[in-house]
Order: sequence, then structure tokens, then C-alpha cells
Amino acid sequence: MFQDIGEILLLLGRTLRALPHTLRQQRKVCDQLFEIGNASLLMACVLALFIGGVLALQTGPTLAERGLQSFIGQLVGLAVCRELAPVMMAVLIAGRIGSAMAAEIGSMRVYQEIDALRTMNINPVHYLVLPRLIAISIGLPVLVLFAILVGWMGGAVVSFFNQAIAVSFEGYFNSLRQGLEPLDVVNGLLKSFVFAVVIGVVSCHQGLSTIGGPRGIGRSVTKAVVNSIVLILLLDYFLTRILMHLHT
Amino acid sequence: MNAPASQGIGLQVRDLCKSYDGHAVLKHLTFEVPAGEIFVLMGPSGSGKTVLLKHLIGLESPDTGDILVAGQPVSDPGVMTRYRVAMVFQSGALLNSLTVGENVGLYLSEHRLKPPAEIARVVAEKLELLGLKGTADKIPAELSGGMKKRVAIARALVVEPQLIFYDEPTSELDPLIAVTIGREILNLNRRLQVTSIVVTHDRDLAFGIADRVALLHEGEILALGTPDEVQADPNPLVQRFLKADFRFTPEPALP
Repeated sequence: MFQDIGEILLLLGRTLRALPHTLRQQRKVCDQLFEIGNASLLMACVLALFIGGVLALQTGPTLAERGLQSFIGQLVGLAVCRELAPVMMAVLIAGRIGSAMAAEIGSMRVYQEIDALRTMNINPVHYLVLPRLIAISIGLPVLVLFAILVGWMGGAVVSFFNQAIAVSFEGYFNSLRQGLEPLDVVNGLLKSFVFAVVIGVVSCHQGLSTIGGPRGIGRSVTKAVVNSIVLILLLDYFLTRILMHLHT
Repeated sequence: MNAPASQGIGLQVRDLCKSYDGHAVLKHLTFEVPAGEIFVLMGPSGSGKTVLLKHLIGLESPDTGDILVAGQPVSDPGVMTRYRVAMVFQSGALLNSLTVGENVGLYLSEHRLKPPAEIARVVAEKLELLGLKGTADKIPAELSGGMKKRVAIARALVVEPQLIFYDEPTSELDPLIAVTIGREILNLNRRLQVTSIVVTHDRDLAFGIADRVALLHEGEILALGTPDEVQADPNPLVQRFLKADFRFTPEPALP
């Protein structure tokens, strides 16, 4: 495990050192960005809509019993932008995009395509890892921004139509505006950026260290997804602590 | 067609050893390949040919010993930029996400050595040279095994190599295409003086194109010399490898 962590940090360092080469890889960054957006935007929106909705459904009646339903917008708004959208989108992207990255790079490793790159003096970190890491670092925060907006909408719809809550759209968004600061959204986006780097570097590392045939590729994909999700949840706690500390 | 641009470079291997999990795969190998020679490494499966090839191109590091390309250690990162070295992999190792044309022109486009129009011209020229005209827009999955191998050779040629490695260039190919590829290796060597190191267990190819042959067995060199010298080697292991055939030998009749 410690060897894996060391290798992941080394790969991250090598990728950061390759950042000046980003312009040369811009076409591949765009391809990867399209892949991330195209593969995940619709699913992210559906997921976010229901996350916001279910949060309102679970908490709204309890708040209403105590006459606090006017705070529903604030509660859903904060929970979605600080926690649920960044974490759930990161888990979604780890499953959809991280697994695809590990599988593609792993298959290139098994079928000697990476060796072929090296014999052509093409650095696999520049060619494969850098564009993926940049694309996911841009793509995930954008998806999270969409998810935050759609999640708020989901909460608003449920709060309006559920008779046990019965809060108007205006009342919901007024509460949301009062309870939320732009910094809350920024915090969510900051978290999602860190999660994106984790997913990108863990998945690429698993792909690059694939050994064996198709079974090896399968193992790498599983490890990439599981390790990414575990790291996301661990880091989420510490990031929340740090951001709360900075906030006060 | 371009004028010959390559001048081969030599390669030296000194006392090369490599073990995996305590099992010695390469044992004190020492040989030299002069510039411009076709050197064929033969041997049965598991004799260490591919492992040796990976060391020669710098994809693996030896436990002990030296590999020198044009007198400089292959581990020196500058060697691959100073000299043009290429490899044709057994599977072709084409990038499946790219078209044939993009695969062939990858070295030039990634290192920005030529403008796109010039790269397209070079790619078309190399593909035509290997009988692959009109395949530039196909993806590797649409090609047969023989075509993939020829694309891999075209990709290696784009580098205008001074030293080229071939890993089992005729495996999985029918005899006619195998002969075409053998002739192509020979042509390239004669036309551009490219130093060529070929790993194969195809005896016809080996003795048809080699200037010198080395026979590897369990990580050691059993025989090394010109094709005639190796064929005349009295070592029974050498003769067993060279004379193995499919002919049915009836068991002696029971009394």
C-alpha cells in the first residue's frame, strides 16, 4: 500500500513537471473533456436532481413539524454544494471515467503500446497522463457546478409539490440565498478539483502498473475505482475540516 | 523516394545478466553487432530472446553488465535522442485509438519534426513502400495480422532509424507475407545501412537474411557466427534446434 502511495505521488510530481507541455497536448485534452462531458453530463444531472429531491423529502416534513420549513432552501442548498454534489459526482466520475482511464492505459500497457511510445522517445506521462489529468481537473468541477444547480432545483420541486413541506419556489430560493455565500460554492468546487486530481492520478497509475492479460486489466480497473472512492471519502473529511477552519 | 538518410550504428553487449525472482534469464551475455549488420538472435521459446531485446532497447535494466549503443550506455537518456532507434514489436503494438496514418506519423507529429502536410506525404510514401496504399484512414482493428506488422515497420521507418530491432517479424504470417517482410528487412539494410537486430525462431528467415546469427539457449549463447558457421556447429543442442521438423518417425516394431 505504501509503495502504491509513493508511486502515485511520484506520478503526480512527474505530471506536474510536465505541465509546460500542456499546449502541445491540447487536442487530446479537448478529446478527453468531450469524453467526460458527453459520458457523464446527463447522468450527473439526473443524479443531482434526485439527490436534491430526496434530501428535501427526508428533511422537509421534520422541519415542517417544527415550523422550520422556511429553512429548507438553506439546508438543501448548503448540503448539496458543500458535500453531496462534490462527493457524489466524484464517485460517479471515478466509476465512469476513472475506470475507463485505467482500462485504456492498462490495455495499452498489456499490448505493448506504451513500450512502443517509449521506443519512439514519447514520454507516456506527457502523452497519456497529462491530458487526462488536465481534462478531469476541468471537467469534474464543471459537472459539479451543473450538479449544484440541478440539485437545488430538485429540492425546490419536491419542497413545492410535497404537501407535507409546501414551500413556494420563491420561499425556497429566498431561504437558499440568505443561507448561502458564494464561498460555499467555491468550497464545493475546490473539493471537486482535489477529487478530480485523485481520480486522474490513481486511475492512470493503476493503468500504467497493469501486468498480465485481460485479468490484469480487470484488476486494475477495480483497484482504480475502489482506491479512488476510498481516497475521496477520506480526503473529504480532512478537506471539510480545513475549509471549515478557514471559513471561521 | 528520399535519398538514403541512415548510417547504421553499432551495439555492444558486455557480460549482461538478468534474473527474475532468483531465476537467471540472461547469463553473462557478451557480443557485438557492428554498424550496418543484420544480426539475428534465434532460440527456442523461453530462451530469453525477448527479454534480451527489451534490454537492448532500454525498456528493461540489467542486473549487471553493459549495453552500449554507438559506444554509449543505452541507459543514458540522451542516447535515444542523439541516435534514431526504432523497434518493430511482435504484435505490432499499434495504438488502437489512432488511425493507421496517425500511427505511422506519430513520431514526427509528437516531436513536431515536420509540418502536417509534410507528415502526410511521408506517411503516404512509407505506406506505399510497404504495399499499404490507401490504408491511412483505417483503424488498426480493421487490418489483418500481416498488415499490422507492415504498418509497424512503416512506423519504424519514419524514424529513419540507424538501429532497428525486430521482435518476431514473421510470426503469425503466411509464408508469402513472411518472405515479403524478410526481403523488406534486407532491402532496408542494404539501402540505408540500417543496423538490424532480428529476434526470431523462424529458421528460414534467420538464415535467409542474417549476416551473423546467435543461438540463445536458456539465457546463454550456444553458437555465434555466420549462417554457415552456425549451421556447421557440432553442438548437439544447436543441431537439434536447427534440424527439428514435423516428419513422423515410426517407433521400432515390437518383436
